[in-house]
Amino acid sequence: MHRVVPQPARGRGRGGEGDLSEQGFAFLLLSPAALLIVVVVLVPLIITFVYTLTDMNLLSDTKGRFMGLANYGAVLGSSWFWESLGRTLYFTFVSLILEVGLGLLFALLLAGSFPGVGALRALVILPWAIPTNVSGALWKWILHPDYGALNALLSWLGLIKEYQAWLGQPWLAMNMVILADVWKMAPYSAIFFLAALQFINRSLYEAARIDGAGVFRRFRYVTFPHLVPTLLVVVVMRSMEKFKAFDLFYIMTKGGPANGTKVLTYDAYLRGFDNLDYSAAATISYVIAFLVLAFTIVYLRLGRQEDIHD
Amino acid sequence: MTRARGPGARRRGFTVFQCAMGALVLVFVMAPFVWLFISSLSERRDLISVPLHFPPGRMSFARYAAVFGPGGEEIARAFKYALFNSLIVASLVTVIGLVVGALASYAFARLRFALKEKLLYALLFTYMIPPIVIVLPLYVAINALGLLDKKVTLVFLYLSMTIPFIVWVMRNYFGSISRSYEEAALIDGCSRLQTLRYIYVPMARPGLIATGILAFLLSWDEFFFSLIFTSSLAAKTIPVAIAEFTGKNTVDYGMITTGGVIASIPPLLIAIFFQKYIVMGMTGGGNKE
Amino acid sequence: MAKKSIVLFALMALVGAGLWAADKVVLNALFMKQAGFSEEDITAGTKDFMDKNPGIQVNLTFVAYEELEQKILTAAAAGGYDVVLSDGPFTAKFAKGGIVKEIPPLAAADKADIFPGALDACEYLGKYWGMPWINDVRYLFYNKKMLQQAGFKNPPATLDEMIAQAKALKAKKIVEYPIVLPWNQAETLTCDFTTITALFGGAMAKDGKPTLYNDANKKALDWMVAAIKQGLVNPKSITYGEDDINGVFAGGNAAFMFNWTYAYGVTNDPSQSKVVGDVGIAMIPGNGKVKSATVNGGQPLSIASGSKHPNEAWAYILYMTGKDFQRAHPTNSLPIWRSLYDDPNVVKSNPDVVKVAKTQYDYIVNRPKVPYYSAFSSMLQVKIQEALLGRKSADQALKEAQTEGEALAQ
Repeated sequence: MHRVVPQPARGRGRGGEGDLSEQGFAFLLLSPAALLIVVVVLVPLIITFVYTLTDMNLLSDTKGRFMGLANYGAVLGSSWFWESLGRTLYFTFVSLILEVGLGLLFALLLAGSFPGVGALRALVILPWAIPTNVSGALWKWILHPDYGALNALLSWLGLIKEYQAWLGQPWLAMNMVILADVWKMAPYSAIFFLAALQFINRSLYEAARIDGAGVFRRFRYVTFPHLVPTLLVVVVMRSMEKFKAFDLFYIMTKGGPANGTKVLTYDAYLRGFDNLDYSAAATISYVIAFLVLAFTIVYLRLGRQEDIHD
Repeated sequence: MTRARGPGARRRGFTVFQCAMGALVLVFVMAPFVWLFISSLSERRDLISVPLHFPPGRMSFARYAAVFGPGGEEIARAFKYALFNSLIVASLVTVIGLVVGALASYAFARLRFALKEKLLYALLFTYMIPPIVIVLPLYVAINALGLLDKKVTLVFLYLSMTIPFIVWVMRNYFGSISRSYEEAALIDGCSRLQTLRYIYVPMARPGLIATGILAFLLSWDEFFFSLIFTSSLAAKTIPVAIAEFTGKNTVDYGMITTGGVIASIPPLLIAIFFQKYIVMGMTGGGNKE
Repeated sequence: MAKKSIVLFALMALVGAGLWAADKVVLNALFMKQAGFSEEDITAGTKDFMDKNPGIQVNLTFVAYEELEQKILTAAAAGGYDVVLSDGPFTAKFAKGGIVKEIPPLAAADKADIFPGALDACEYLGKYWGMPWINDVRYLFYNKKMLQQAGFKNPPATLDEMIAQAKALKAKKIVEYPIVLPWNQAETLTCDFTTITALFGGAMAKDGKPTLYNDANKKALDWMVAAIKQGLVNPKSITYGEDDINGVFAGGNAAFMFNWTYAYGVTNDPSQSKVVGDVGIAMIPGNGKVKSATVNGGQPLSIASGSKHPNEAWAYILYMTGKDFQRAHPTNSLPIWRSLYDDPNVVKSNPDVVKVAKTQYDYIVNRPKVPYYSAFSSMLQVKIQEALLGRKSADQALKEAQTEGEALAQ
């Protein structure tokens, strides 16, 4: 971005000279996108913020009253908020670790060469391709307490004596949603890692092998350092997505059982659309938005660091 | 432990190990799909039999016939319309998104203007916002404008999600094209717009295809806005149609899995045939070649 | 000359059409799919209404039951719909939140002909917020063959009799878990709890305040826990919904169940049931002074608060809930009018069910009418399950439920 664009000596074209027209041209190009985003996202964002400052609980007797920051105080001071936040963090971190770990293992395998690896590389992306609502419904069906394939399989293998209600206990249900999420997204992470792996210079491995390094040492001293930038990007990007997760929870568990899978986004949805407490919903949403902003800043800082490294 | 055999044997052993791992991965990835497909073909009686018979006794494409053929149950035929809606919405979003997004990302990549950095971050931030934050005021506005339950509404909503993404990724693609092409063209008297059309777009075509594919998949996947803003066959998309197979008291797993298979076919085909582009789109954001 | 008159005529037609169209009131009505009256029934009825009322046009929308509440909430105040299909538990919430309008007063004769329990579901704070439309309650379903095998000629009339019959069936090894109930952690559990607490003379709320912690409710919960402990109620009931218990009953693995009307059709369907012809339907057994009690699963039609044509909306509701429509389409939902239960068209649609329904409807119990019902029900489900799973005593569970319920009532 530091190179200077030379001004053409004679320009017969439009917008060829002068900073002002360059800016004008830029804004022209940006205008459709900007208009759309302002109308569809920014204006509602501001309106929602206003909701967070008023009493928008349709069941309250003080509907419409200006509340200042009282809503935030109420939300942040409520135990249910921290419980939901805790569940969200649990989901984010556990599914992240599993997804990244599994994705890395997949990538290491797919980077190798053995008969069938090409076909496998093509097939492995399939879980990611199917829509979230389909994979959610599919896993709900697989985990069904009476007719589910998982129960049938485990029982046939002799691993369980009785059919389990996989989505019937709070902690178990949360881990099952994590399983569904990891199944779908591990291939996505794997692709990132695979691309990074393929950039690593083969000769580095040869040198390490000659020096007598075994598989694990080669991984630790050659592979891993080269993966770190991609790893960081994937970790932050995926955490942001997982923090916002909603669809899987709506389809698989509706926040239950016993609120065991009620993550922040779902909590906001329930408070707005079930309890008619729009101000609580808006406030929770804004807290989520602030946290996402924090993540975004970290993501951008990482991106800048990566630029510097290159 | 037997003494280590020669390096050749070790390699072979390792290859066998890799194949075995590969098979495991294959099972992990494919087994749920296979079950999805088989369930869609099974009769209800077999689906709810305990213990499960595998493979189930009778299998038929009856449900698929109900969706696509004449004379099926109304709710099955309705699914066809949802498929149609999803296709139209996703296609429109892709095409419009690429045009608008390409223009904007060119600006970010090649032009200088005030607030550039800030606008870029703002763009990324809007992409990251969960839909729940903006859904309430959006509903009020869309309802007031009479735009509820219309495909065009979904197109605009989805564009707001995909354009930031397209801009973000294409910015890198455009940025990686050597400036000398543009400089030469400008000296020859081309306008900026012409350089965009004749130089940047063709050179970044793989990137455009890749982001287009990802934009299509994003629209195909979207659930929340469709749930809130559509209600009839005029605009209902596939995720909502599938959710409707869950009734007040009964859940029709046969139709859910059938719908699931149908809903998965376009993204699956895209993933298999355009995998190269998908990988490029996902990872090309950071590469400078 | 001819051209001019054609143009003039066309203009007049256009203006006429415009005026005619402008006169036509357009109503948007929201219904649900897959349960209650079928889409065909509703469409046919609506067409009939439009024929009789040429100035009104009704546009129908059908959504999944799950989406009903969300659609009503987002649309009602903004006038997106004029007539909406609501649900019993929503009444208090919608009334307080200004989502639906009060209905005009009913004629006394009409009011007397509607089953009081059904009408009561639409009442909140002394006003009526909807008109009963879909009528549904839970019944006792029993396997006639199994009972005969155990030497019982008639289904149980009291809870004690049901337990006794169940014990006999179990002892004679006719069926391992004679009773199966939909006690999944979902709304279905609150429904059954409503029924059972009523059978013991208790109630879950009064005047908008929770009344969970009392002797009657404790006895009810104790009864539920004991029934599972004694192996009379299938322990998997805790994970079963209405659909699941149909599967168990239809597979010949239960002798008794409580379920909605639709279960009768399902369990007599040869393509999915092994007990066709053996299915008996009866009133929910009573207990002590209470002859019977059953939870109301009915759904009313309401006028949305944002409707610009409330009068026309009310006319449409009167038609759809009226005797003509309900008499013509009894297959999927029995009428709300007592007098129709002797009507031959209604009786022949489902004679066994109609016979029982006629009397069962006099014992309808409604779920607590409180604005915070969703959160209340969710909380209650958790507590009841904890007691059923043996994690807490019934006493403890109800005490906690009462405390949390009171917190919600703030």
